[in-house]
Amino acid sequence: MTALLELEGVKVSYRVAGRPRLVAVDDVSLSLGTRQVLGLVGESGCGKSTLARAICGLEGLDSGSITFDGTPVTRLGMRTRDRKLLRIQMVFQNPYASLNPRRTIGRQIEDGLRVNPDRTAWTVPDLLAHVELDASARSRFPHQFSGGQRQRIAIARAIASGPDLLVGDEPIASLDASLQARVAGLMRSLALETGASLLFISHDLSVVRVIADDVAVMSRGRIVERGDVNEVWSNPQQPYTKQLLSAIPKVDGLGVLPG
Amino acid sequence: MSQPSASGGLGIRDLTLSIGRGEKAKRILRGISLDVPAGRITGLAGESGSGKTMTGMTVLGLQPEQATVGGVIEFDGRNLLELPTKKLNTLRGNDIAMVFQDPTSSLHPMLSIGSQLTDHLRQHTGMSKREALERARVVLEQVKVPDPAGALKKYPHQFSGGQLQRVAIASAIMCSPSVLIADEPTTALDVTVQAGILRLLRELCDDLGLAILLVTHDLGVMSALADTIAVMREGEIVEHGDRFQVITAPRDPYTRALIDALPRDGSTGAEQATTGDAS
Amino acid sequence: MSQTTAPASRPQPDVLAVAARRRLRFPAALRNPLAVTGTAIIVVWLLLALLAPMISPAGPLAQDFERLQPPSAAHWFGTDQLGRDVLARVLDGARVSIILPLLLVVSSLLVGTIAGSVAGYFGKVADEVIMRIADLVFAFPTIILAMVIAASLGPSLTNAVIAMLIVSWPAYARVTRSLVVVASRSEYVVAGRLLGNSPFVSLGKDILPNIIAPVVVLATLDVGTAILLLAGLSFLGLGAVPPTPDWGAMVSDGVQNFSSWWISVFPGLAILTVVLAFNFLGDALRDTLDPRTADAVKGRAL
Repeated sequence: MTALLELEGVKVSYRVAGRPRLVAVDDVSLSLGTRQVLGLVGESGCGKSTLARAICGLEGLDSGSITFDGTPVTRLGMRTRDRKLLRIQMVFQNPYASLNPRRTIGRQIEDGLRVNPDRTAWTVPDLLAHVELDASARSRFPHQFSGGQRQRIAIARAIASGPDLLVGDEPIASLDASLQARVAGLMRSLALETGASLLFISHDLSVVRVIADDVAVMSRGRIVERGDVNEVWSNPQQPYTKQLLSAIPKVDGLGVLPG
Repeated sequence: MSQPSASGGLGIRDLTLSIGRGEKAKRILRGISLDVPAGRITGLAGESGSGKTMTGMTVLGLQPEQATVGGVIEFDGRNLLELPTKKLNTLRGNDIAMVFQDPTSSLHPMLSIGSQLTDHLRQHTGMSKREALERARVVLEQVKVPDPAGALKKYPHQFSGGQLQRVAIASAIMCSPSVLIADEPTTALDVTVQAGILRLLRELCDDLGLAILLVTHDLGVMSALADTIAVMREGEIVEHGDRFQVITAPRDPYTRALIDALPRDGSTGAEQATTGDAS
Repeated sequence: MSQTTAPASRPQPDVLAVAARRRLRFPAALRNPLAVTGTAIIVVWLLLALLAPMISPAGPLAQDFERLQPPSAAHWFGTDQLGRDVLARVLDGARVSIILPLLLVVSSLLVGTIAGSVAGYFGKVADEVIMRIADLVFAFPTIILAMVIAASLGPSLTNAVIAMLIVSWPAYARVTRSLVVVASRSEYVVAGRLLGNSPFVSLGKDILPNIIAPVVVLATLDVGTAILLLAGLSFLGLGAVPPTPDWGAMVSDGVQNFSSWWISVFPGLAILTVVLAFNFLGDALRDTLDPRTADAVKGRAL
């Protein structure tokens, strides 16, 4: 299996005023195959969002390389995105900021359709139906929708472009607790249905457990463990993973405090 | 100011709340009865829209202005729903305190932790600044904020999410309340940080004899922390009982569905390595 | 910007919501009595300016009458030192004194918005160059700089307008730049770029429509200032050249004939009413903006 996405020794750092450079992602190597769902988990500040942004070309690399389907991912900067890289799409964390408030839902989804190599793959009503929204949503504006609905629209827009890799950067963290699992499940099923891979980034281990095939555990800029979700859950190798998993409260009714 | 902890609990009887009038009225709470006894953690579970947050808000007198409320919320022999606003305001913060999901929402970004913790206390007790700051330091120590004396001089943005939630809890217990309403207190936190906050809430409940009403959708948190669990659905309590019974042998089909919806091994844990579960 | 307005077809349940949104956006501002007054005065003046040749009692340049006559039934506003009808000149002057500043504001809005967007969006060199030029202009008192430029170009209306354009675009550039900097970090802008929008498409489609409202409010507030500035330059003899009827120049004429109060009072009143009207309207529009952007505009307008 040739990898769809290949990361080699990726390092990303930030300048922080008055301090040494902050290394957010440190020597990360990772590969992701086609039609695979990889969950990337870790605590806040571990560098997982920076890694997601780097994969989309939104961060410059200090060293290392990111290759997507044979094309090197370069920093987007002020250029128009390479057509090949349009096959990577992202769903952002904050559904209230990820849609243009002044354009109708239909037009924003059409933005996605426009770059889909297979022009007849989707229609707007089709996509809306797939994310469980009414067709009338098309002519409405974002402010008329709830957070969960907006996130579905953002997913529809990303899927509209026919991506081979869908990156979700904490896509459910801002959603109402009871909606989180459903939206995550929707991302998985849509990605797989369209033949795309999904990189799902979350600090919510229980959701990743349910939707991912593979899981990568990130801590302090490094990936400490990677493997099949069930294997990692049932037999974690690294102390950090063990610690993380044992901190999840168990639903056993015994009243045992975790950690 | 504070009530003797023996009578410190809260009794909710047939609480109803609706928004709007007549035919179109939306009934958010349809007769909630629940005891929140002192020294115990009472869990209120349910999906969003079930009315669990609204129940907590109504106890605090923070329900929407246009809402019509019925029933009784008994605290220290008085019905909170009949108290004049002024009395309720004194009660809130002094005897009944609250902790929310987002600690930044209850802390002023431009004021030092020291002045935020002491303001309310000094206003209500006439304590001197020195005494109040000393009390604040003790409380910060109690909630295990590292370097309590130094923390008094810091500002909210200088703390991590978990530490800030501890500060918010400190702020809630400054006036020695007898009831604490905790609405999704750990939902925004990483699991390892969450574990610490859960531990802290349990300690406060045991040590101070607090009556805690824990509102959360997370059954894991419920199972770890609550003594009794009430499950809400569409404004009604469908099940209420001992933690172990509700989690392991739910009587209500909705509760059972909620629990069955969890990953098969009932969440997770490293010790599964030993049981060899490879589901 | 056109794609941001209402969709072509609108299904039933949305009519109310969209209507509510509409009502909130523009007319709510105009329910304020001051805004209504302001709008009414502006409309009346614009009509007068357009219809001036038809309703004017005399030609604005015709020296047909006795000199320095006080207001009377025949000459409502009196006549000036050259025997011209003051009413006719005030009416005709509206075409110069209102319409020219309006055009000026529109052009500085365009220049400033484009410069500010480029600076804010592209940053780096573009930002440094554009904003340092803007700072340079800001370093001088507006009126003095305009006078210097107008004087060095030679007195004429065109040169006065050029001078004013030079001094007024940086305000728009600065406000636009700060709004663009904030907006360009929005996730929807990034999402658009990830979908292959070029930076310019991104600016036009995602950024400008979301930030233009406060800039337009700023422009409305600025019309009054522009009218005063042009009148000021003309008053100093740096703008309209005689015999062009211009309110500023007319006030200046009046000063030389101090006993004939009517020569300067009527054009002065005209300036007063128009400037007040635009300020009323601008204030009302500003108040309906959301508080965050309103602050940016207020800070600049004060």
